Amino acid sequence: MLALVLAHLVVAAALPMVSARSRRAAFGVAAILPALTLAWALANAGPALGPGLTSTTAWAPTLGLELSFRLDALALAMIVLVSGIGAVILVYAMGYFGPTSEDATRSAALLLTFAGVMLGLVLADDLLTLYVFWELTSVTSFLLVGQSGEKRENRRAAVQALLVTVLGGLAMLLGFVLLGEAAGTYRISEIVAAPPTGPMVTAALPLILLGAFTKSAQLPFHPWLPAAMVAPTPVSAYLHAASMVKAGVYLVARLSPGFSDLAVWWVPVVVAGLGTMLIGGWRALHQTDLKRVLAFGTVSQLGFLMVLFGAGGRIAALGGIAMLLAHGLFKAPLFMIVGAVEHAAGSRDLRKLSGLRTSMPGLAVAAAVAAASMAGLPPLLGFVGKETAFEAFLGEGGVRGWAIALGLLAGSVLTAAYSARFLWGTFAAKPGVAPTPVHAPGPLTTAPIWLSAAAGLALGIAYPLVDAPAEAYAGPGEYHLALWHGLGLPLLFSAIAIGGGLTVHVLRTRVDRLAKHSPFDAQHGYEGAIAGLERVAVVVTGRVQVGSLPAYLATIIVVVVVLIGPATLFGGAWPVGQPLYHSIIQVPLGLAVAVAALAVVKARRRFTAVLLVGVIGYGVAGLFIVGGAPDLALAQFLVETLSLVAFVFVLRRLPAHFTEQPSPRRAQWFRAGLAAVGGTVVAGVAVVLSAARVAPSSTSADFIALAPDGAGADNVIAAILVDFRALDTVGEIGVLFVAAAGVASLVLATRYDRKGLSASVESGQGSPRHEEDLVG
Amino acid sequence: MTIFDEWDAPREPWMLPGACRRGRTRRLLLEVAARTLFPTMLVFSLYLLLVGHYSPGGGFAAGLVAGLAFVLRHIAGGSVGFGMPVPVRPPVVIGSGLAIAVLTALVPLLVGSPALSSAKLAVDIPLLGPVSAQTSLFLDIGVYLLIVGVVVDLLRSLGAGIERDMREAEEWLP
Repeated sequence: MLALVLAHLVVAAALPMVSARSRRAAFGVAAILPALTLAWALANAGPALGPGLTSTTAWAPTLGLELSFRLDALALAMIVLVSGIGAVILVYAMGYFGPTSEDATRSAALLLTFAGVMLGLVLADDLLTLYVFWELTSVTSFLLVGQSGEKRENRRAAVQALLVTVLGGLAMLLGFVLLGEAAGTYRISEIVAAPPTGPMVTAALPLILLGAFTKSAQLPFHPWLPAAMVAPTPVSAYLHAASMVKAGVYLVARLSPGFSDLAVWWVPVVVAGLGTMLIGGWRALHQTDLKRVLAFGTVSQLGFLMVLFGAGGRIAALGGIAMLLAHGLFKAPLFMIVGAVEHAAGSRDLRKLSGLRTSMPGLAVAAAVAAASMAGLPPLLGFVGKETAFEAFLGEGGVRGWAIALGLLAGSVLTAAYSARFLWGTFAAKPGVAPTPVHAPGPLTTAPIWLSAAAGLALGIAYPLVDAPAEAYAGPGEYHLALWHGLGLPLLFSAIAIGGGLTVHVLRTRVDRLAKHSPFDAQHGYEGAIAGLERVAVVVTGRVQVGSLPAYLATIIVVVVVLIGPATLFGGAWPVGQPLYHSIIQVPLGLAVAVAALAVVKARRRFTAVLLVGVIGYGVAGLFIVGGAPDLALAQFLVETLSLVAFVFVLRRLPAHFTEQPSPRRAQWFRAGLAAVGGTVVAGVAVVLSAARVAPSSTSADFIALAPDGAGADNVIAAILVDFRALDTVGEIGVLFVAAAGVASLVLATRYDRKGLSASVESGQGSPRHEEDLVG
Repeated sequence: MTIFDEWDAPREPWMLPGACRRGRTRRLLLEVAARTLFPTMLVFSLYLLLVGHYSPGGGFAAGLVAGLAFVLRHIAGGSVGFGMPVPVRPPVVIGSGLAIAVLTALVPLLVGSPALSSAKLAVDIPLLGPVSAQTSLFLDIGVYLLIVGVVVDLLRSLGAGIERDMREAEEWLP
């Protein structure tokens, strides 16, 4: 299974080469792998619905980290969405992106990458593996929403989506670690089979739910999803309707069998889910952009799915699987229809579109089929799912059952209403609006729409096909998915939902006026949070980073003196019989260093100070030679020379003197005192520590003994650098690499205007509008 | 007038290849010293690189010596690059140094040893006799290249970059 995931990424990396020849072929090639994945999953449906198919690859066995995957009923249902709908949408993208589109190359590679990491997400059987894929989907979503990054609204939406989902993702990681430690294993199947209990689990579950809520756009994190509609329609259809936003629902579905009886799990899920379903549906009624109508509809449906999976109970789980598949199969074609209409008519504003029913009858029928499934009309899969959902909570009874059932009913009324609004808005002839001129969409556009819309119809009629994985997930029992359960409350509820929805639609002018007044605006909440964060950051930075080098230095010295000084004073011992010097040459060298150090303090010119610092460095190198460390001395000499040269280079741009006016007397005395205390403490600590060793160092002895044979080096320093501690060396040159890049970019980056771009940069990091872009 | 101002200024392109400073800012003594020292320092840096396993030296010191040779040439002649027939940009040298070091670290994995382990390579060369080297020499070569690249990159940014800034601000006119 790991190979399958990796194959997606490898092919995605090669796609730009295909795209250089033909942009359409790139999408065609990209569609092959998801289609094969779906075929593989369906071929393995037997074991998947039974015990499940597992595969494990250990990648850091000493740490107990492994990549483990498992194909079971829930994963199978998700693969139908991820790979099945993914392949269909990639074929649709062949028609959507023109042969000369500049976004096509990037989008093709990213969409296939996303298909791969999403596949990894639904197959992952290890909490940490799941987390890695989870964040990778956030990153691909960021890149796909941001597109080329040239448009401001793209950047804003991409940043918002990333910030919100990663915020939840990090909380979720914390929850995963708590849960994994409480259970003693990170294997999801084992955790669900024997769920741990205790305060750690109580703390972990809300954190995990936070991740699920942000990813699946639940209240109050939902605004990123409608904002992400600036992405190209295939991206919206795939990531932000059919697959990625279901990751949160999937996670709840994955863990619910183990935790749904805990109030800390089901209460937030049900409250947030119902709230989201109602708010999303309500907001959808006021939108005029067709994609935003569908986006708020997705928000609403995700809330519905959350309730079904999180509330617990076998029948709710059955309904959940049915609705999961149904939602993918009706929302993807609806999005694709919006894309086709936008291409054909040049607008997706429902106030401007008129008369498309007569000019595009084929699309209108497909849209009606998909919207009927969304509204919950028989014999579509959406009806089967919704009927089961009502049965689950009406059958449960009691306060909780009835409250949830009535909430779902209200949400379903809104769902039916915005389904009608979508159909009316897209295809109806509106009085006072001239029929929109259109040109017919090609078969590459219409075939994928029909395929997925018809699948929703086919699976509704052939409901046992859905019942098999649903029962494998929910467990065996008497109730099954079916089109006809006889007359009863669920059927009455379905009828009320349709009737109520149509009534709301008929009264749309009055509802429209009401819907303007939304109970609250979560988008403002997001913007306020980001602005507040920036304000806090400015305040903290202003206090901590005062911008004065003496202040920083004083802080460091004070910390060293206060922390290390007393510890040495009370814990250390002054070595007995410490000689003043070992070799007479040390005396003049030490004196030279001390005199130079004192002279630096009195220096008024920068150049003088630099030269004196050089004297100190060379003097110390001389002391190294006397002390018997030629390697160290050589390096010290060379580095000292180089830093002298670098100083002199930089000094050309600085004033010759340090300050024009001498600082006040008191400040001078304070600094002198601090420097004296700091110097004394460091020197004293050095002497005390030199005597702190109580036994001969075994490490050094081993190094010396092993160097000639083990490392083939007579020079033990070289043996340590390139052999014994070679990893440190590699790390250090990595640091040097970064530092060199930093210096070069600080000095040079402001100079070189990027070729091919206009001279003045209007947007991007560092521009005045960048902050606005982020904050709004 | 200009003829009398500049008649004694040096005009010979001593430090070619590389950009030649204008006559007034050339320093004859420095140029001659640089011309003799530059190749010597480079050879010395190679000596330090190879001898590092047995006596003081090693990739870091050797790289610094070679880098200082380029610094000397820059101060004397004003040129910044490596003086290769094909222009080589410092970041490329830095990157290849890092790449060589990392590859040296990873190659042992291919033969089933832990990363960063080293082995002795011994060859019998006619006339010279047996020659042996430790594979960790390649790590040192990577360090050497990286340090040389970093120093020349510093020249490019702090040396030539600041000069250009000053020229544009009309504070300094060579």
